[in-house]
Amino acid sequence: MSLDQYLSKSSILLGLEAETSSDVICQLGETLFNAGLVKDSYVEAVINREKTLPTGLPLDGEINVAIPHTDIEHVNKSAVAMATLAKPVTFQNMVVPDESINVHIVFLLALDEPHAQIEMLQEVAGVVQNTDLLELLMTATDPKEVLAAFAKSETDPKSN
Amino acid sequence: MIGKKRILVACGTAIATSTVVAKAIEEALEKRGIQATIRQCKASEVPSLAQDADLIVTTTPVATDHGKPVIQTLAFLTGIGKEAVIEQIIEKLKS
Repeated sequence: MSLDQYLSKSSILLGLEAETSSDVICQLGETLFNAGLVKDSYVEAVINREKTLPTGLPLDGEINVAIPHTDIEHVNKSAVAMATLAKPVTFQNMVVPDESINVHIVFLLALDEPHAQIEMLQEVAGVVQNTDLLELLMTATDPKEVLAAFAKSETDPKSN
Repeated sequence: MIGKKRILVACGTAIATSTVVAKAIEEALEKRGIQATIRQCKASEVPSLAQDADLIVTTTPVATDHGKPVIQTLAFLTGIGKEAVIEQIIEKLKS
């Protein structure tokens, strides 16, 4: 179980009201900053990076995901923050930056070492690839439900 | 005797997505008994590192004027079309 080692209840924002990707990153980043996990340069660095190297991932189902992140120098300790959005927010497609996609769930990644945290990253990718879990996350109203869903999906062999 | 193939895996920062992609390719090739050296880099480093690679796999747009095959894909992150991309990688490594 490595995702809940990085994701704390205070960094799970459900039904977040936001107009732009920067707004989402700002609100999520603040939770990591308040917990001392990232430096004060982190949020701006993520927002700037998102402009040139976007992180939107178009998926098969209704729900799309974005995984904003930035260089390790802005991070104190590896962590994840997560938001489900009250209404979809536009992110650009990672592989086709000119293409806009409507994103419903955002995983803000704070990584303090390159090529590391492989389990955490694989677990995020596993969540991204699990449509049922994404749908469940969208209906969650309490961070506890989110953590329980992650814990369950890890013990459920069906979920990759 | 064919030498070990070299795959360059690129993403924006060489931190997050290329880590997932590199691991996924490594596992997929291992399963098929194919040996390859996988190196991660930033998209901006592709022009200087491409010469030392047989194939470039990237999650973000990269330079393509280096004569090496480039596979641009999100399949290892989203799961969509993953098997097809693995086949494509093996095909390119063979050629």
